[in-house]
Amino acid sequence: MPAVIEARGLSKRYGTLTAVDGIDFSIQAGECFGFLGPNGAGKTSTVRMIHCFMPVSGGELRVFGMDVREKPREIKTRIGVCQQEDNLDPDFSVLRNLLVFARYFGIPAGEAATRARELLEFMGIWERRNDTIRQLSGGLKRRLVIARALINKPDLLILDEPTTGLDPQSRHLVWDRVRALRRQGKTVLLTTHYMDEAQTLCDRLVIMDHGRILVEGRPADLVRTRVGKEVVEVWGYPPALLEQARQSGWSFETDTDRLFIYTDEGEAVFSSIAGKHVTERCTVRTAGLEDLFLKLTGRELRE
Amino acid sequence: MSVIVRNLSLRSLRVWQRNRDVFLVTWKTNLVPPILEPILYLVAFGLGIGALVREVPYRGGMIGYTAFIAPGLLATQVMFQSFFENTFNTFVRMYYQRTFDAIVTTPLSLEDVMAGELLWGATKGTIACCVMMVAISFFGLLHYPHALVIVPFSFLAGLFFAGIALCFTAIVPQIDSFNFPVFLLVMPMFLFSGTFFPLDVLPGWARLLAEVLPLTHVTRIMRDASLGSFHPDLLWDLLYLLIVTIPVVYLGIRLMKKRLLP
Repeated sequence: MPAVIEARGLSKRYGTLTAVDGIDFSIQAGECFGFLGPNGAGKTSTVRMIHCFMPVSGGELRVFGMDVREKPREIKTRIGVCQQEDNLDPDFSVLRNLLVFARYFGIPAGEAATRARELLEFMGIWERRNDTIRQLSGGLKRRLVIARALINKPDLLILDEPTTGLDPQSRHLVWDRVRALRRQGKTVLLTTHYMDEAQTLCDRLVIMDHGRILVEGRPADLVRTRVGKEVVEVWGYPPALLEQARQSGWSFETDTDRLFIYTDEGEAVFSSIAGKHVTERCTVRTAGLEDLFLKLTGRELRE
Repeated sequence: MSVIVRNLSLRSLRVWQRNRDVFLVTWKTNLVPPILEPILYLVAFGLGIGALVREVPYRGGMIGYTAFIAPGLLATQVMFQSFFENTFNTFVRMYYQRTFDAIVTTPLSLEDVMAGELLWGATKGTIACCVMMVAISFFGLLHYPHALVIVPFSFLAGLFFAGIALCFTAIVPQIDSFNFPVFLLVMPMFLFSGTFFPLDVLPGWARLLAEVLPLTHVTRIMRDASLGSFHPDLLWDLLYLLIVTIPVVYLGIRLMKKRLLP
C-alpha cells in the first residue's frame, strides 16, 4: 500500500530563514505519527505544507500519492485539520459552526446535520450545541475544533498541538477520543511538545530541531536504544561524583542542580554512588521520551 | 495573474454564504445605518441647508436640493458599507478570528476566500443601497423605473470599494492603521465627489481632481438614474469604473495572498 504521506528532501524557507531543512519521512495508513520538537523546530511549517496551505520551497511532498503543488483541492478534501489556535466562528453556535464548515466541503445540508450530530455526540458536546463559542471553555472549544476537523470524514487527521493549554481532564478526554479514532483505522498526524502525549498516542515519531529530523522510530525503541532503560537522577551532585561518572564512562548530563545518568543498570549505578556522593536525593526511574528529547535538543530555553 | 485566476472557483460563494449567514444573525443592527442615515441627512439638509439653497443647477436645469443630495447619499452609502466591510470586518476575520486559516484547510483556495470576501463586500453595499432606496422613496425622491438601474450598478460600485479596501487590509500593520485610508481617501471622496454640491462650482483644478475620484462617477450615474434621465456621457463614467475596478480587485487578492502566505 502506498504511503499516506511521503516527503523527500522537503524544505521550507522564509526569506533567509530555513524553517524546514530537507527532511525525509513517510507515514503509513492507519498509524499515528508524531512530530516532536521545541518551538521553532519546524513542526508547524511541515504540517502547513502537508495540508497545502504553505507552498513547498524545495523537495517533494506527496499526500495520498498526489503532489501537494498540483492537487491541493483533492488532497484537502480528504484531510481534517485541527490547528493550534482556536479559529471557530464566534458569530455562530456550536452546531452552526459544523454546518457552515460542512458547506465548504460541499456536503449537502441533510447529510451535514446527521454528521454534525454524530460528531458532537462523539466529542461529548451535543448538549452544548446551541451555545455560542464565547460560552465554551478552552477544553470544549478544542473538542469542537476536533469535531469540525472530522466533518468531511477525512482519511488523514492532522492535530497540531491538540492539547496545548488544556487542563488534565480535557487532555485525557482528547487522548481518549484520538485513540478511539485510531481504533476506527484513521491515520493521525500529531505535533506536540508534550512527551506523555507522544508516548501514549504515537506508534512512530520523529524528533525535530532546527528544521531537521534528529531521530525517527517507535517511542519505546528510541528510548531504549538512545537513552537506556533507566535514569539515575541525583540532586545537588558533588564534583567528585562528576569525576566518577566520567571515569566510569557513563552517559550523563547535568543541569544547574541535577545530574542525570542514563544506564541499563540503574540499581548498580545507584548503589555505587549512593553511600559516597549523594548528599540530598537520588532516585532511579524508568527512562522516558522526555529524557531522550532533552538529551537530543538540550536544556537551554528556546525563544 | 494566471495563478490567481486558475485558483479561483465557484467555491468562493461558500465564503459569501458564510458572511451572509453572520449578517442574518445580526440583521437588525445591520439595517440601522442604511435606514436612519438618509432620514437624518435628508431632514437636516432638507430643512437646514435646503431652506437656504432651495434649488441647485444640474445638467443645464435646476433641481431641488434634497433631490440632488439623495442619490449622492446612496453612492456614499455603498462606498462606506463596502469599504468598511473589507477593511475592518475582513481584518477582524483575518487577524482576530483566524477565520481564513480555518477555511483554507477545506477545498477552498486562498483566492476563493478573497473573492468571496469581495463579493460579500459588494453585496453588503448593494443591500444597504436597496434599503436606503426604500427609505428615500418615501420622500418621493426616486424616479422609477429608471432608479432601478441603481441596484445592479451599486454592486459594481461596491466591488470597486471592496477591492480598494482589500488592498489596504493586506498592507496595514494593525487595525488602527485604517485611519489613514479612511481620512485620506474615503472622507475626501465623501466630501468632494459631488454629494453635497455640484462640482461646477469648484475651480477648474479642483474639478479635475474630483473627476479622478471614483465616487464622482458613481454619484453621477446614480443621480441621473434617480432623476429619470440618462445623459450619454454616463458611458464614460461607467467605463472609468470598469477600468479601475478590475486591477483593484486583482491587486487586492494578490496582496492578501502575499500577506497570508509568507
